[in-house]
Amino acid sequence: MNRIWVFCEQRDNVLQPVALELMGAARSLAAQSEGTVGALLLGSGVSPLAQELIACGADTVYVVDDEKLAHYTTEAYAQAICQMVREENPASLLFGATSIGRDLAPRISARLRTGLTADCTKLEIDEQGSLFMTRPAFGGNLFATIICPNSRPQMSTVRPGVMPKPVRDDSRQGEIVPVTVAWQTEKLCVRVVEETKESQSVENIEEAKLLVSCGRGVKNTEPAFELAKKMKGTVSSSRALVDAGIMEQPRQVGQTGKTVRPQAYLAFGISGAIQHLAGMEESEYIVAINTDKNAPIFKIANLGIVADAAAVMKELNKLLEEA
Amino acid sequence: MKIIVCIKQVPNTTEIKIDPVTNTLKRDGVPSIINPDDKTAIEAALRLKETNGATVTVISMGPPQAEKALREALAMGADEAFLITDRAFGGSDTLATSTIIAGAIEKLGADLVLCGRQAIDGDTAQVGPQIAEHLGIPQITYAADLSCEGNCIRVKRQFEDRYQILEADMPCLVTVLATMEKPRYMNVWDIVAQDEKEIGKITFADLTLDPARIGLNGSPTKVKSTATKQFDKTIETLELDPAEAAKTIVAALQKRHLL
Amino acid sequence: MTDYKTILFEQMLKDFAENEVKPLAQEIDEEERFPAETVAKMAKLGLFGIIIPRQYGGAGAGYREYIFAVEEISKHCGTTGVVLSAHTSLCAAPILEFGTEEQKQKYLPDLATGRKLGGFGLTEPNAGTDAGNQQTTAVELEDCYLLNGSKIFITNGGEAATYVVIAVTGKGPKGPEMSAFIVEKGWEGFTFGKHEKKMGIRGSATCELIFENVRVPKENLLGKRGEGFKIAMKTLDGGRIGIAAQALGIAEGALDTTVAYVKSRKQFGRPLSAFQNTQFQLADMATKTAAARALVYIAADAKQNKLPTLSVNAAQAKLFASETAMEVTTKAVQLHGGYGYTREYPVERMMRDAKITEIYEGTSEVQRMVISGALLKK
Repeated sequence: MNRIWVFCEQRDNVLQPVALELMGAARSLAAQSEGTVGALLLGSGVSPLAQELIACGADTVYVVDDEKLAHYTTEAYAQAICQMVREENPASLLFGATSIGRDLAPRISARLRTGLTADCTKLEIDEQGSLFMTRPAFGGNLFATIICPNSRPQMSTVRPGVMPKPVRDDSRQGEIVPVTVAWQTEKLCVRVVEETKESQSVENIEEAKLLVSCGRGVKNTEPAFELAKKMKGTVSSSRALVDAGIMEQPRQVGQTGKTVRPQAYLAFGISGAIQHLAGMEESEYIVAINTDKNAPIFKIANLGIVADAAAVMKELNKLLEEA
Repeated sequence: MKIIVCIKQVPNTTEIKIDPVTNTLKRDGVPSIINPDDKTAIEAALRLKETNGATVTVISMGPPQAEKALREALAMGADEAFLITDRAFGGSDTLATSTIIAGAIEKLGADLVLCGRQAIDGDTAQVGPQIAEHLGIPQITYAADLSCEGNCIRVKRQFEDRYQILEADMPCLVTVLATMEKPRYMNVWDIVAQDEKEIGKITFADLTLDPARIGLNGSPTKVKSTATKQFDKTIETLELDPAEAAKTIVAALQKRHLL
Repeated sequence: MTDYKTILFEQMLKDFAENEVKPLAQEIDEEERFPAETVAKMAKLGLFGIIIPRQYGGAGAGYREYIFAVEEISKHCGTTGVVLSAHTSLCAAPILEFGTEEQKQKYLPDLATGRKLGGFGLTEPNAGTDAGNQQTTAVELEDCYLLNGSKIFITNGGEAATYVVIAVTGKGPKGPEMSAFIVEKGWEGFTFGKHEKKMGIRGSATCELIFENVRVPKENLLGKRGEGFKIAMKTLDGGRIGIAAQALGIAEGALDTTVAYVKSRKQFGRPLSAFQNTQFQLADMATKTAAARALVYIAADAKQNKLPTLSVNAAQAKLFASETAMEVTTKAVQLHGGYGYTREYPVERMMRDAKITEIYEGTSEVQRMVISGALLKK
């Protein structure tokens, strides 16, 4: 039986987006390999979430609803999952590549002595249910496709935001299986003293994956911050706005500012003086919006748009609002 | 307290580029460095040494050239260093690697094992937790802060949207984030002193390892194929009205999983 | 066998200079501010004790390492480079070479850890190049020497806590008898006068030392009475290598900056680097800098191995490196064009910093005297 299992991460009893994305991915993998989709739902008071997972594609939801799982700890979650795996022998076991998934999955893989592939951006499967797990390495310069031919389950953590979310179907039928764990309590020895939610920490443009960068063509920077928030990015700036006192110096990109290399660099109203280009030309994907079609920034942009930067920013904010 | 810090020598991936003609990685002349998260682990260990008293042992599994990374750790102030190296270890994936390193830690003995969260070449973040499992000790990953009182390690464990304060009794393993501390520079005293120190070698013969669990044969994962990133050569400049422009940008970003 | 010591030392210095020295260079120049925070960081890394043996708290490395440190730091900031050079060559080195065991144990550990900075007092208003014409006196009393006079243009003046000071102690057969003393900041009668406003190395402290009936204990006589001029000249031999390394660093920094600039700056549709004039200028700059580097390290080895050629080696290194620094930085400004003349780019600062290397610790003319003197003596 080709069982494809997904660890469905929840925080504060809210299913995380990556859990649903993985349900969609597992559904499509199961369809290609005559498999079934199992959802692992762990926590305290999480049982009501099971139905949602069925609607999102689970054939079976294994629910461990236990006070010991109220706060995430590696060992308790590992014990519960390892017990279920040993009882049911799934062929594949997927986790979101979050700070929980990437903590938990390696612990489990070592306990089960099976292979684990980290932070995958693509999953494929053959008819026998063998996974082909593709992941970036060497700072994103290389992509490796990994297989796990001789041991089961084949384990993988999958980068959040990569797999499409499934279309919810509330008429879907599935089985809900409550699981009781035989705890090895003596091993549950890491104590949670405190757990505190926090908003995103201080922004560093050098570490941002996406930069909404503003130049002279942007008079009002407020929409840029709004857009950056929606795009999960950070706001950076050309020198012009820093000199004008509109932007803080730590946000400045270029020769006299910082050198950045984000996955996406969105240049709004930046003409692209050589000093600016020196600080950002290594960005992986560059989008430039400028009214001057001869602006040098267009020579290095992957996507150049001749338009008013402020107007495009406004439209982007509108568009992402709806989404 | 005896602290073992596990470090990896990695190519400085920020300097790796792809040859646009051959579409292969240009690794020539790319300097090797101590993996940044691991360097912070060294710093964390040295601070515990200063505040609580400890011996700091640094270990690395790799080819003989990794000696440089270990010597750099000594020049920062670590007490001793061992290189885990053997042809039999070649081809190990994270599970096999963690098996070997756990074997070495068992042999050396440690109260606290510190690792970097992940290496910039492989980005797996797996070896630390796997070592902890092999050793049968608790793990705390993503440490943003670390202190020690008596036999108890206290860690600020970072998540995307929250943090936990966790406590564990030693022995335990902690993986640290590069943002925890700025690693110190090497200093002239220790740069000179390391010259007189030997780097211990740990080979297959020194450890009690099941040959079936190490190297290529002991690795459940295999690399089926690799490909370099295709250059995004599409350079296009479009004249669009703002609404169309917004749609085009969102579509382009989504296509690349950037949104 | 791999020379890890050198590899690691160079890596540390490059990292440190790039990340800690470079970001402050412009600021301390503009504000004419002593880089106290950088000095504190350098102290923690042991950079002030490179040549001081381990038994006195130093690292026990050699002159090559010390010279490399001055060079690497000066690539980004000439000011910070001379702080290290003056401390090491002009204060720590003479105490190490001429001091008694008691003096070494008392003064070297604090100098090695950088807890105290060192300085050197030789130059006076009427004793510059003519260093023999000293007016500062140290009269021997029963229990001490009574020091009176003043010293000008003293690098690290006011910032340093330990000074080696040259003064006249009597009449010798061929003129005044001079002696060297170790003088501590804070002693009664020892004050600091005018801070100079300079063209370059504007963050380095350059000020006057004033001695008014300063009672210097007899055990602080450095070397024997009457050896002061010899000690001063030998100290300057070492100091000149430090200044040569500073000049070399400034030239290298200007060259690096210019290479990066000409590759990015476009005129007439081509980067400046595509023009043959640029290429040839760079070739000349690089060649002279390489030659300067060779001379500087020959001199460093001569100092390390106490070779009799030291004076000439040091003079040649300083003469050539400082004139090279001046030439290279001037060309660097020219290649930068109008931008090079603005303070937005570092080359104008480098050009101003370079000039002093042709002047202090013996002008280029003095170096020519030393070199030709040795030639014609034979």
